[in-house]
Amino acid sequence: MKDARDERRPAGELEAAVMAALWAAGAPLTPGRVQAELGSGLARTTVATILTRLHEKGVVDRERQGRGYAYFPVQDAPGLTARRMHTELDRDTDRETVLARFVAQLSPGDEQHLRRLLEGDD
Amino acid sequence: MTALLLLPLILPFLAPTLGRRTLDRLAPATALWVLTASALALAGACVAALGALVLTGLLKLPAFAALGELVHPLRTPSDYFVLPAAMAATGVLTLSVWTLVRSAFRQTRAFRTARTQADRRPAAGDLCVIESPDPDAYALPGRPHRIVVTTAMLRSLGSAEREALFAHERAHNRAGHHYFLAAAELAAHCHPALRATRATIRFAAERAADEAAAELTGDRRLIATAIARAALAGNASPSTRPDFAPAATTGPVPQRVAALLAPTRTRPRTTRRTAFLLVVCTVLSVAAGAAGVVDFHHEVEVAQGEEAP
Repeated sequence: MKDARDERRPAGELEAAVMAALWAAGAPLTPGRVQAELGSGLARTTVATILTRLHEKGVVDRERQGRGYAYFPVQDAPGLTARRMHTELDRDTDRETVLARFVAQLSPGDEQHLRRLLEGDD
Repeated sequence: MTALLLLPLILPFLAPTLGRRTLDRLAPATALWVLTASALALAGACVAALGALVLTGLLKLPAFAALGELVHPLRTPSDYFVLPAAMAATGVLTLSVWTLVRSAFRQTRAFRTARTQADRRPAAGDLCVIESPDPDAYALPGRPHRIVVTTAMLRSLGSAEREALFAHERAHNRAGHHYFLAAAELAAHCHPALRATRATIRFAAERAADEAAAELTGDRRLIATAIARAALAGNASPSTRPDFAPAATTGPVPQRVAALLAPTRTRPRTTRRTAFLLVVCTVLSVAAGAAGVVDFHHEVEVAQGEEAP
């Protein structure tokens, strides 16, 4: 589905993809591991370049691992941003009006319906 | 004249049904445009009609008639109809303005907070990650556009599904869907029936972003599973939703998943035509409102002695 196309994506999108993989892993990752996590057509050198750039920006930190580095995201003061944003956004019961959320709350029947849809498709 | 002014108040009640039909029959991106433009036009006609009713009532009062330089009494249907109608219109307009201002204030504040917090966080590309145990993700428009995703959401998805989520949110930002949502919000405060249309517009925006993401990744199933997985992950956390909510109805999320999994179909031209019944309803409403306002203006000119009756 994607291969060579990944190399041609805008730098910002590649940075976002690498950053998401680091956050999802929850443990320091080497460039090779990040490449494997992404499972895409990115070359290992490209991943290493992106990680170095993110490190220069101060978005990720790194530690020695073997002959290279393992990278991990820089955390903010524990959950401070999250708390601030959520208290503000949760104030309205009708939160979707401000921002387009990825998924709305499910109603009780929705969950079964969703599972049926996914099973039926397999 | 006054009868014409009532049409823009009644016709929006047809909008929810016709709007759902529009979304069902057209491509989501097209439907989003048609729905939003119609909602705004219906809301505008409704406000104009209410305004004309309020003025009619005011000009019946001697003090305002003198202020409006009326030399003859304004010709209207019976006072038993015009005065209560004017009072009701005043009440409805005041209520609309109040709820609109309150909602605008709240939403601007919430949006600003989200924006400041996102700008304070270091960004990788357009992604802003928030450490939180609640799976959540949204598009945050502005300069530059951002995608805000919580760590719980990132962890509940695989890498391909994360890309699907990003593609969806980027589609929102690129297409400027926040303008459509704001327009829907504005319209919803002008007429109670347009609240249901607001929900349809929100759903159309989600569907449009889903389709854009599906086209970009070339994999409809991937988008469908990403949505389903994200929704189920969000549902696992305890919810404050009352359990007596109707269980039989299908919410927006399963509908989006079903639409992505269903084979794409082209509709015959005749069924596509009925999609534009909403436009017909809107045009009728705007025409009636405009005719009513023009007629009202003519009556005022007559009462001012500037035009022959």
